[in-house]
Order: sequence, then structure tokens, then C-alpha cells
Amino acid sequence: MAERILAGTHFLNGDEACAEGAVAAGCELFAGYPITPQSEIAERIARRLPQVGGVFIQMEDEISSMAATLGGAWGGRKAMTATSGPGFSLMMENLGLGMMTETPCVVVNIQRGGPSTGLPTLVAQGDMMQARWGSHGDYGVVALVPSSPQEAFELTVRAFNLAETLRMPILVMADEVVGHMFERVVIDPEAIEIVERKAPNKPPGEFLLYEPGEDLVPQGMPALGDGYKVHVTGLTHDERGYPVLNAETQEKLVPRLRNKITHHIDQIVDYEETDLDDAEVIIVTYGISARSSLGALRLAREKGLKVGMLRLKTVWPFPGDVLKGLADRVGGFVVPELNLGQIVLEVERAVCGNAIVQHVPHAGGAIHDPETILSAIEEVFALAH
Amino acid sequence: MLTKTKPAPEGEVLENVSHPMDRFLRTDRLPHIWCSGCGLGTVLSCFTYALDELGLTESDVGIVSGIGCTGRAAGYLNLDSYHTTHGRAIAFATGLAVAKPDKKVVVISGDGDLFAIGGNHFIHAARRNVNMTVLCVNNFNYGMTGGQFGPTTPIGSRGTTAPYGNYESPFNLPYLAASSGAVYVARWTSLHARRLKEAMIEALTIPGFTFVEAVCPCPTNYGRRNKIGEGLDELKYYSDRSVIKHGADPAEGDLLPGNDVVIGRFVHRERPTFLQAYEQQIIDKQHFVKPQGMGKGPHRMSGATSTDRRESS
Ligand SMILES: Cc1ncc(C[n+]2csc(CCOP(=O)(O)OP(=O)(O)O)c2C)c(N)n1
Ligand code: SF4
Ligand SMILES: [Mg+2]
Repeated sequence: MAERILAGTHFLNGDEACAEGAVAAGCELFAGYPITPQSEIAERIARRLPQVGGVFIQMEDEISSMAATLGGAWGGRKAMTATSGPGFSLMMENLGLGMMTETPCVVVNIQRGGPSTGLPTLVAQGDMMQARWGSHGDYGVVALVPSSPQEAFELTVRAFNLAETLRMPILVMADEVVGHMFERVVIDPEAIEIVERKAPNKPPGEFLLYEPGEDLVPQGMPALGDGYKVHVTGLTHDERGYPVLNAETQEKLVPRLRNKITHHIDQIVDYEETDLDDAEVIIVTYGISARSSLGALRLAREKGLKVGMLRLKTVWPFPGDVLKGLADRVGGFVVPELNLGQIVLEVERAVCGNAIVQHVPHAGGAIHDPETILSAIEEVFALAH
Repeated sequence: MLTKTKPAPEGEVLENVSHPMDRFLRTDRLPHIWCSGCGLGTVLSCFTYALDELGLTESDVGIVSGIGCTGRAAGYLNLDSYHTTHGRAIAFATGLAVAKPDKKVVVISGDGDLFAIGGNHFIHAARRNVNMTVLCVNNFNYGMTGGQFGPTTPIGSRGTTAPYGNYESPFNLPYLAASSGAVYVARWTSLHARRLKEAMIEALTIPGFTFVEAVCPCPTNYGRRNKIGEGLDELKYYSDRSVIKHGADPAEGDLLPGNDVVIGRFVHRERPTFLQAYEQQIIDKQHFVKPQGMGKGPHRMSGATSTDRRESS
């Protein structure tokens, strides 16, 4: 039997590292449909899952991929699907079912240029708001964003863990460049923590499928055939899981789907700070854009400009409080992202006019040139002084 | 002639009496939402009798439904039950069945759910021969949304979106199921309750993708609109036109105006299920590990994972 955790130092691209992260975290079912630039995840995991007792299913589309992932989770497995823009759009329907039925699983989007078929082989970060709001109705999301193959591995493990802790689908919003670039990936089994699915807190008969604990998360999840006779529905339901179609039940259920995330926000939010101590202008960025931004930061520091960087590893829930705190002590923020203005809107909302917010848009197809980001930094310095 | 479904006479309503199959029902969810005269109650009852005869319990079976009047069946069965999205029951069930190979996964859904929005999932699950039983309640229309025509509506029938009569050719469901690869295909009407139950028993027993079509009255949205009448009239209408032909060519199963309604067992054949094929192709050759619940054989170990090492330095 091959190792679940492929200990050692490897040379992997982000997609492969993501697949290894999934296997390491205990993924036993992958349902997906081929799409560039995601296919290397499916290819890797199709090879790996049979080695560790898991099953790979190539579905007929991304609608069924998402649905089968949820089915796999209710069958007691850790399950994942992965796609890119067009497939992500098709997954929205059953992503909503996963949110409503509080089904732990992982959904990976290796973002490429859109809209529509867009740029199949080229990078973008244009699905960040779709990740937040893409399925109909109100719900909360957790989206992790890796900047390197190493992080693609680590954040995929983390996504599986958060899926169990929060009992919901967790998104990994990578991008084509992170997915396709090869780098060193160090896998240290000692450093990997794995959260297992919580068993029901009560025996059948007493157990309520959707009775939240103090942390607002349902208390354990039985698998098919465990004797709990669960009823799982996408309709608005009470704590037994039974459909109850009225405003009162809606009010009890739907705000909790968001509040359970807020309740765990300190446990979820993760970011990396670079040179923030003396910074007068801060680059706020994520994913591959953080790599260009780091180049810009170095160029700016060479010029004597006090620039720092806040790299978001979790974009949703958005760490508004962190931005709010920083806004009081810096002149401005520069927000490079490979879209025409998505996460910058959240930055503006958090900063609330207390500092300059300069977006560095890019329609996708390539990554930012550090010089472009540097010019934006210089503009903010000019405006702030 | 139209007969009205009569309300139960006062005083004849039995209080505090349980149905022999109550243990399979979530009695705390009754009364159900289905109309009087609807065929859904009969299908559900046949299903519970089938479970009973097979001695299956909540540890053995899971129900997956899509959306529609039929889709509500999952919510009334006292088993692990999953009421998913419109058309996606089979896709969800595919994940569930593969995750729990030792359980019986049953999809109960409507003709619109399974063959319009969910048609692609149906043919692919049949092609893969995923181990599941699909029970389709064919009432020739989208019942829940108010009687629009759908993929099984006969030519000429009226629906709320076919005010002048339907002009699209309907699917012949047994033919579609058979040509997609189902290993068991049967059609009965809800009047043939015993035969329908027996077909369910066969479908539940045979490994692989098994399919039972239950032709059912929907007096509210189909029977009345098409001047067939109430539930009983519609039942009689189908049964009068039914011809039992076991082993019939599924191509004869077209429900065209003027045709007989061919009912019976169309297909019963064997071929490896999705997981059996998976095991033969991958596990046996590579000596990899069987997924949990897939047979009792010991986990086979292997020293060689050369295919993987190639990619990892
Ligand atoms: C994506 C989506 N589209 C449309 C609907 C609305 N809808 C609910 S039930 C239904 C039709 C159900 O018809 P069928 O499967 O034949 O079931 P029946 O009610 O006849 O038993 C439709 C179109 C929906 N719920 N979801
Ligand atoms: S609308 Fe038709 S299918 Fe739905 S419950 Fe009423 S009779 Fe049955
Ligand atoms: Mg119908």
C-alpha cells in the first residue's frame, strides 16, 4: 500500500500538490470532470486514490461532480471535486445544496480567464466574488487562496480540516499559474494535523441532525446505514432535518449558516505580513498576485519607500477588522488582483475612506508586472503626502 | 365518464390504527402533501412492502430523491433519505453508492426530474452500471410545478405550457434505460401494485443499475386536463390499454396515442457494476487497496508504486 502522506521533498506543480494535500488529508472520493487548468489534479488523484483505498469517479459534467461529492460525504467519506471557471459556474447549484445541508467537502477552483470559455490556459482571479456569492440565497463561505505549490498542498489539507470543523464545503481558490508552476514542495508528516469527522453526539432516536452545538455547528454527522435514519434536504428544515417552510424556520437556519463562520473567524482567518512594521503603504493581495507584489515591494524598498504587504491566505471570510486596524496607521493600500475589481471592494468597505485604496486591475491572461504595481505604490505615496 | 374521488365518509376514518408498514414511514411527517387520487401513495406503499419482503432495514438502504411531487418520497421514508436538487438525485446517489458499496441506494423521482433536467446523469449512471435502483414515477407531466408538459408527455396531450397539445416526441423510458446499459428494466402501472412490488424486489436484488418505471395517475395536473378523469379513471385508462409482455423488445415501449402500454420486465442481464469493473481494472492489476466496504478480502499490500514515484522526486 502506498503512503497516504508522501513524506519528503518533491518537485510538484500546484495542481499535483493540491491532489497530494487531499490524499494526505484523508480524501477517499474524488468526483470531477476534465478542464484546463485543473486536469492535473484529477490525473494525479486518479493515480493516487486507488493506492490508498479511495475511489476516483470521472463524472459526466461538473453539476454531477459536485452532487457526487456531496453524496460521497454522506456516505462517510472525505470527498473533493476540482474545476476551473466554466465548471465552477456549473457547480454553483449543488454547492448551494452543500451549504444548506452542511456537507463537509472540498471544492477547488484553479482560476483561468473568463467570462465564458475565456482563456482556458491562462491565469486570472476573476471568480473571487462568484466564490462568495455564486449560488443563490444567503450563506457564508470559506475560501483559501494558495500562492505556491507548497501552499496548494498545505491549504488543501487545511480545507479538509475546516470542512469537518465547520461542516460545510470549503473552497480552495487557486489560479492557473499556481496550478501549473513547479516548485519544491516539502511534505513533513509531523507537521500535518488532520481533523476527523465528528461522530453523532447522541444515539439514534435522540440525535438531531441539525441541532447546533455552542459553536453553531451541527453535532456530528452519521453516514448512510449508521442507523440514524437521517433526512437531508435542500429545503429549509428544522433541527430534525425535516422541511418546515416558514419564516421562523428560515430565520433559525439561514443566519446560522453565516454565523457559524463568524463564530470561528479567529480560527479561520490566515494571512502573511511582510514589512508591515514601518509601512506607510500596504499592498493587499492574494494568490499569484502576491508573487508579483513581492517583487514590487522589493523595488519600492530599494527606492526607500516604506511599503509592506498583507497577503491573504483566506480571502473569505474577508478579514475586514485587520484592514480596519491598519487603515488607522497607514496612508494607503494598493490592491493588485487579476480581475477588474473584486476583492478591492472589500478593502474599500473595511477601510471606509480612512486611507487611500488604489486598485491595480488586470483582465487576466498574464500576471502583473511588478513595475505596474510599483507605479500604483508611487501614486499612493504622491497622493498621501 | 368522470367519477369524482370521494372524500372518506365521516365516522369511517380509523383513528389510532397503524399501517403494517408504518415502521418504514416517518409517521410524524404525515399527512403527506400528495393529492387524493395520486399514484404516488401506491408506489410508496409497494416500495415499503418490497423492503419488508426482502427483510431490508435502515441499516441497508438509503433513498435519494430529486425535486417534484415524487421527489418528496424521500422525506416520508423512515430510512436515511436525501432530498437533493432538481435532476441531480442520480449524481448524488452515484457518490453515495460508491462511498457505501455494501448499502442499497435507491433513487425515487419523477419523469421530469430524471429525464429532462437529469437525463444526462441517468444515461451515464446506467452506462457505468453504478449499483443503484432508480424508480421513476411517470405521470407524464411536471406535477409539482403545475402540469407543464415534459419529456414523457404523449403527443397531443395538454399541459399548461402545451395549451394546444404537446407536439414533442416523448422518451420511451425502458428503451432509453436499456440502451444506456441498465441491467434490469421493468414497467408497471400503479394499478398493478403486486407486480410493481415484485419488480421492485427484483430491481433491489440485482446488482448494478436497475430501473423500474411506474406509470401513475396525476389527476390534478394530467388526468383532468386531458379529460381522462380522476385518479381511478386514469388508473383504469392505463390498465385497459396495458399489455403484459415479459422480455419484450424495449423499442416496443413507446407510449404513443393508440399504442398499447407495454408493461412487464423488458431487460434482465448481467454485467460488472462500476465498482466491480473498477476492482478488475485497477485493484487486481495493481494490487492496490480495495475501498472500504467492497467485499471482505484482505487489503492487499504492494511494494511497488513505481507509477507514482516517477512524479515525485
Ligand atoms: C433547477 C430547477 N429548475 C426548476 C425547478 C422547478 N421544479 C420543481 S419540481 C419540477 C418538475 C417536477 O416534475 P417531475 O420530476 O415529473 O415530478 P412530479 O412532480 O411530476 O412528480 C420543476 C420543474 C427546480 N426546483 N429547480
Ligand atoms: S400534482 Fe399530480 S403528482 Fe403531484 S401530488 Fe397531485 S396528483 Fe400527485
Ligand atoms: Mg412527473
